Amino acid sequence: MIINRFFPQFMHNDTGGKLLLSLLAMMVVIVVVFNMMIPESSPLHISTYMVTLIGKYLCLALLAIALDLVWGYCGILSLGHAAFFALGGYAMGMYLMRQIGDRGVYGNPDLPDFMVFLNWQELPWYWYGFDNFGFAMLMVLIIPGILAYVFGWLAFRSRVTGVYLSIMTQALTYALMLAFFRNEMGFGGNNGLTDFKDILGFSLQSDATRIVIFTLSAIALAAGYIASRYIVESKLGRTVIAIRDAEHRTRFIGYKVEDYKLWVFVFSALLAGIAGALYVPQVGIINPGEFSPLNSIELAIWVAIGGRGTLFGAVVGALLVNYAKTYFTGVLPEFWLFALGTLFIVSTLYLPKGLVGIFQNRKKEGHPTNNPDNVKSEGAA
Amino acid sequence: MTNRINPQTNYLQLIAFIILFFFSCNLFANEISPEENKLLNDAVSNLLVKSFKNKTQAVKELAAIDSPQTIVILEALLKTRLYYVRSNKNVVIINKKEQQYEIKSAVDNTALGVVKKKAIKKITTNNKLRKTIRTILAQKKILNPDLTVREAAIKEILKKAEPALLPTLQDARNKETVGSQQELLDLSIALIQVDNANTETRLAAIKVLGASLYPVSKGKLQQLTATDGKGKTIEKNQDVVDAAQAALKKINGKLKFFGNVETLFFGLSLGSVLLLSAIGLAITFGVMGVINMAHGEMMMLGAYTTYLIQQVMPNSIGLSLIVAIPAAFMVSGLFGIAIERGVIRHLYGRPLETLLATFGISLLLQQMVRTLISAQNVAVVTPSWLSGSLVINPAFAITYNRIYIFFFALIVFALLLAILKKTTLGLQVRAVAQNRGMATAMGIKTQWVDSLTFALGSGVAGVAGVALSQLTNVGPNLGQAYIIDSFMVVVFGGVENIWGTLVAAITLGVANKFLEPWAGAVMAKIIVLIFLILFIQKRPNGLFPQKGRSSGGH
Repeated sequence: MIINRFFPQFMHNDTGGKLLLSLLAMMVVIVVVFNMMIPESSPLHISTYMVTLIGKYLCLALLAIALDLVWGYCGILSLGHAAFFALGGYAMGMYLMRQIGDRGVYGNPDLPDFMVFLNWQELPWYWYGFDNFGFAMLMVLIIPGILAYVFGWLAFRSRVTGVYLSIMTQALTYALMLAFFRNEMGFGGNNGLTDFKDILGFSLQSDATRIVIFTLSAIALAAGYIASRYIVESKLGRTVIAIRDAEHRTRFIGYKVEDYKLWVFVFSALLAGIAGALYVPQVGIINPGEFSPLNSIELAIWVAIGGRGTLFGAVVGALLVNYAKTYFTGVLPEFWLFALGTLFIVSTLYLPKGLVGIFQNRKKEGHPTNNPDNVKSEGAA
Repeated sequence: MTNRINPQTNYLQLIAFIILFFFSCNLFANEISPEENKLLNDAVSNLLVKSFKNKTQAVKELAAIDSPQTIVILEALLKTRLYYVRSNKNVVIINKKEQQYEIKSAVDNTALGVVKKKAIKKITTNNKLRKTIRTILAQKKILNPDLTVREAAIKEILKKAEPALLPTLQDARNKETVGSQQELLDLSIALIQVDNANTETRLAAIKVLGASLYPVSKGKLQQLTATDGKGKTIEKNQDVVDAAQAALKKINGKLKFFGNVETLFFGLSLGSVLLLSAIGLAITFGVMGVINMAHGEMMMLGAYTTYLIQQVMPNSIGLSLIVAIPAAFMVSGLFGIAIERGVIRHLYGRPLETLLATFGISLLLQQMVRTLISAQNVAVVTPSWLSGSLVINPAFAITYNRIYIFFFALIVFALLLAILKKTTLGLQVRAVAQNRGMATAMGIKTQWVDSLTFALGSGVAGVAGVALSQLTNVGPNLGQAYIIDSFMVVVFGGVENIWGTLVAAITLGVANKFLEPWAGAVMAKIIVLIFLILFIQKRPNGLFPQKGRSSGGH
């Protein structure tokens, strides 16, 4: 197929991925053109609000890919993935906070508003360096990465698996949420970080900046997808799938199961951190609510509904559920939790392979290894 | 989070109101005889003089009249609520309402309607007069036949013990027959005598202060041992300083001890709450291996059942709680059966899916309560036999509801243990948990056992909800606050071992409360969570792992 020329070799069999990336590219072009070229009076105009909204969805889709990588391919259901997302977001938020400078309500050039409010005299040490964009971006990767490494190293080495691991990750994000709610932590407590002004000198309110961040989100999603696909198609990916399907057997064959799991877990946390960092400038706020266990569980349901172990299914699930959430919370706020609850039940009972699975079933079985139903292994059961 | 109603405070307010009501009835209900009326009238009109000297005389005359009404008049005078009507010189007690003044006769309390400010004039007092009035009031109250009045009076005196009261207090001490009141009188006498000139009297007083746990005695002793800027004690008498320091040390030692006892009790109380919330989970998760994220909502349903039963029988709140226990068990148990039959049955062997599906159920149940009842918290009333506290000494008092819930948790635990160990159902449950295939082969209806086990776990959660309704706010989010803690307790204690759950719950509760004083409430919780996360890495099977073959099968 001629279209394969545009994609790397490891994606030639990935019809869903090719379709997804093509649609993503088309959407970016359409959104940018319709936002910038078409006058606001025209019904075809895409408002900047809409651009930001889609940008948000794209970040969440990247987060969903991160979870699908560990859950769908490695059998680790992390119920604390939103923690990595939020940590990346906080790193970005700290940079944006420092960019405010003396334009805050209190006009203090050295301290963010909330610290002035709490009568702090000087910047805590862990805020040093966040006025530098490069340093902040490094932290977006390093902080979630280190947390994932430490947690994963401990958990995988002691062979905590399955439900236990899920509960542990949930406790982790819960503990972080409680910690970030404390004013003494120096991250703005309850209110979090907000009131951002600009990024690298460009105003966050301007249409152009928003379009750029939107495009960056799309690029990050595409890059995240390609990288994840590369990993799962590589030799490492094959081993990871083997671990998912038969952990003990893989260990007995001689693979260091812990190392593989840890590697994938950390990579996934990095993706989540990047997603969080791109999310924050678009929504304009980051607060401890992002750590709430509910967020992480909801994330799992996006992946489950889209279809685990497919990567593009995660993207589809994230986009659909979040669009539905925006729609229903606007129209029928009461209905949303009913709908979400029902989604959880229906998708686990009747859609074990997700929405993508419905379409895949119609085709011939192309990729047995991508079948998430094999999770029934001795490790997870 | 806003609009939180605390049923307990409301109830306490109600009780306070009732006490006040009876108290005031006592004062006012006394028929005022004509002679008394005449005496009062004369004394009161003497208050209208200008000079404070004469006014003091009038107050003393008034105080000499043997009538409860004098207390009312003097208190009104002290609070500048005693006025006279300009037109007829009648002395009245006013009650300011917005811009208007309700007046009633100072002599016999008859309401005289509402007047403008211009029509009345205040009867003024000065500092000296007020001091006299306070002393007179204290004297009158401290000898009052009503114990509640005496108690309130002595507590008022303890706040500021005036040396002038010493003879009155000693007199009262000699007449007093109630033990607790005697103690308070001794304390107040000692507080005054400690400033006496005679060293011996002072040392004796310090001894009394040292034996008391009331904050005032500690304050007084601190004052005696206080140093000036140069490290020298302000008090010149070295014997007194030494004795005060020794007494202070004794008090601090006792306070520390009772502080620890109180922390331990709070820890046990938190532990019993954790035990109640985790014990149902210990059955569904521990015995059946089912992750029920809707467990917290089963507790919420139990709490709401309590609320609904109180709505149905508002006149017998005390009984409603007893009725609520089996009712909550039934409601949550039936929901449990429905969940097991409808959802979980189809997901055995797929624990992660069970987790997600039951989480969906928890969202549905929360929203159901929001839609059907209210998104706000509801007020569950605490029955009288659960409110109030057991005062052991001034430094240590425990509330009855916490004591009851502690024992309630232990009873529930014992019952559950008995069901699992002594009944046929328990035997079958354990058989299915250990080896499903073999149990089926022996003729046990495993599906039926599954349903009943799940119903049992859910029902116990409902009973926990009844207890929780007496401790926290009842709202749609009640369950979410406990679910992570409950899982932590079960995992910490060791799955498949409900003794482990007991030990884990109590340990975590006590640890949490002992961490709180130096780490803060939230930080203590975070520390405990992090400890648990690390602990599970070290011992994945918890404190008391199941021995034998089945332990590896998870």
